Amino acid sequence: MRVPSLKERSPLSVYLEHCRKGELAYQVCTDDNTPVFFPRAVSPVTGSGNLEWRVSKGLGTVHSTTVVYYKNEAPLNVALIDLDEGFRMMSRVEDIDPMQVRIGMRVKVRMHPGNEKQPPYPVFIPLLVEEGSPRRGGGGAGAQNHPGSASHPSLARRGN
Amino acid sequence: MDLERGSVAVVGAAESDLGQVAPDTGIVDLMAQATMRALDDCGLKLSDIDAVLSATTQSRYAPMLLAEYLHIKPKFLDGTFIGGSSFMSHVAHAHAAIQLGICEVAVIAYGSTQRTISRAMASAREYNPFETPYRPFLPASAYALAAARHMHEFGTTREQLAEVAVAARKWALMNPVAWEKEPLTIEQVLNARMVSYPFTVRDCCLVTDGGGAIILTSAVRARTLKKKPAYVLGVGEAWGHTTISNMPNLTVTAAAESGHKAFRMAGLKLSDVNMLSLYDAFTITPILFLEDLGFCPKGEGGRFVADGAIAPGGKLAVNTSGGGLSYCHPGMYGLLVMIEAVRQVRGECGERQVKNCEIALAHGNGGVLSSQCTVLFGSETAL
Repeated sequence: MRVPSLKERSPLSVYLEHCRKGELAYQVCTDDNTPVFFPRAVSPVTGSGNLEWRVSKGLGTVHSTTVVYYKNEAPLNVALIDLDEGFRMMSRVEDIDPMQVRIGMRVKVRMHPGNEKQPPYPVFIPLLVEEGSPRRGGGGAGAQNHPGSASHPSLARRGN
Repeated sequence: MDLERGSVAVVGAAESDLGQVAPDTGIVDLMAQATMRALDDCGLKLSDIDAVLSATTQSRYAPMLLAEYLHIKPKFLDGTFIGGSSFMSHVAHAHAAIQLGICEVAVIAYGSTQRTISRAMASAREYNPFETPYRPFLPASAYALAAARHMHEFGTTREQLAEVAVAARKWALMNPVAWEKEPLTIEQVLNARMVSYPFTVRDCCLVTDGGGAIILTSAVRARTLKKKPAYVLGVGEAWGHTTISNMPNLTVTAAAESGHKAFRMAGLKLSDVNMLSLYDAFTITPILFLEDLGFCPKGEGGRFVADGAIAPGGKLAVNTSGGGLSYCHPGMYGLLVMIEAVRQVRGECGERQVKNCEIALAHGNGGVLSSQCTVLFGSETAL
């Protein structure tokens, strides 16, 4: 089985390169078309090195949400987003009162600018229904990620 | 070959000083103190100990530090670190080592000074490029995400979460060494300072100093000692995920698997259990564990704990020490979860003693609902 080298490029550095270009990137194991996130050198379950990088359309659904109240700071949203391509990631929903973010809300990615200490990273903003309908705008996995879907999207693809 | 039900027992159990300890107290001071108290408890000597198991956030070398402090020469050392449930895992490992004759007398110990030196200093979070930039307040925010999902899917309410805190407080008021000394109402839980929605400060475990130690040996040796042994009837370990972004289902933990393994080894049913010690890091966790261990159907945990069901005088005796929410929570809490279960089985809980407590279940949780371990302790009668 081909095991990729880590001498030239790391999975995280490829992800960050895409972030710098304003793109949310993820991987797909080409053995069985399963989406993979967080980025890895080898695919989970199979250990396969046949991982292909793709750029997400950036459309997803809020799977869960909380609001953190750090001392002397404005309330901060932290959410888990299910992307239409079939992977889940932690992020933040912006351009909305943090307490108004709702499970099931449709969202779209935007790259948060970086600084000397932190590379750019993906955040999300609320989406209008017509713009973000999974049947219209999402990728092939859209139908599986309806709001209320309880289990991790990556499990659904592997027949768990 | 597998672990043999009842072949190993806890013979000594003791807490270190709890709550707030003197400046410059080391975690190993606390571990050594607890170890000596646990030895007094069973009448064994320091020189009898030939296995040391521990895990702490303040040192990666925990078992080695304890061995060095007390000049123990262990035949078996274990530093398995899987979060707060590590100690239940240590019970399983010590059990195997004793059963195989690798060692005879094992101490499992823990110590933390997180209140004195601050939580941030005691448990520095590791950097995760896919979580840290978003600044979740870990571990609270991870559990809050699970709670929010449970509320969405099953209609669990903040009031029901608060019932868990209110019940814990009622038990704590019967425990002389508990940190909290005042009654608590649902209103007070809901109106306390918000930490990570839906959790207020009162939905979250305490931040205290503390530690403990338990001594395990073979059942044969246990019967020669001065106190009634608490036999290990069943133990089960399970892992589900490590980071909250990768939890397969936010409302289902691996406790279903660990509980099943423990009950199968013990040959027991849920109705055999007289007392439950469930790791209450946050108000959502006893709700999830009651469901996943099978005491109520999935999604019914909030309704189950309503109206004082797990408070003194309720349907089920849960966290009789007052729990991590009101008694003590020194960062990693699994050892103290087991100490209360052992004490209940030995009939030592005074005012909060559950009548005829022959079997107690101790369930530990580690990381962000990540590792789940269940231990069933029983008296001689239960064997």
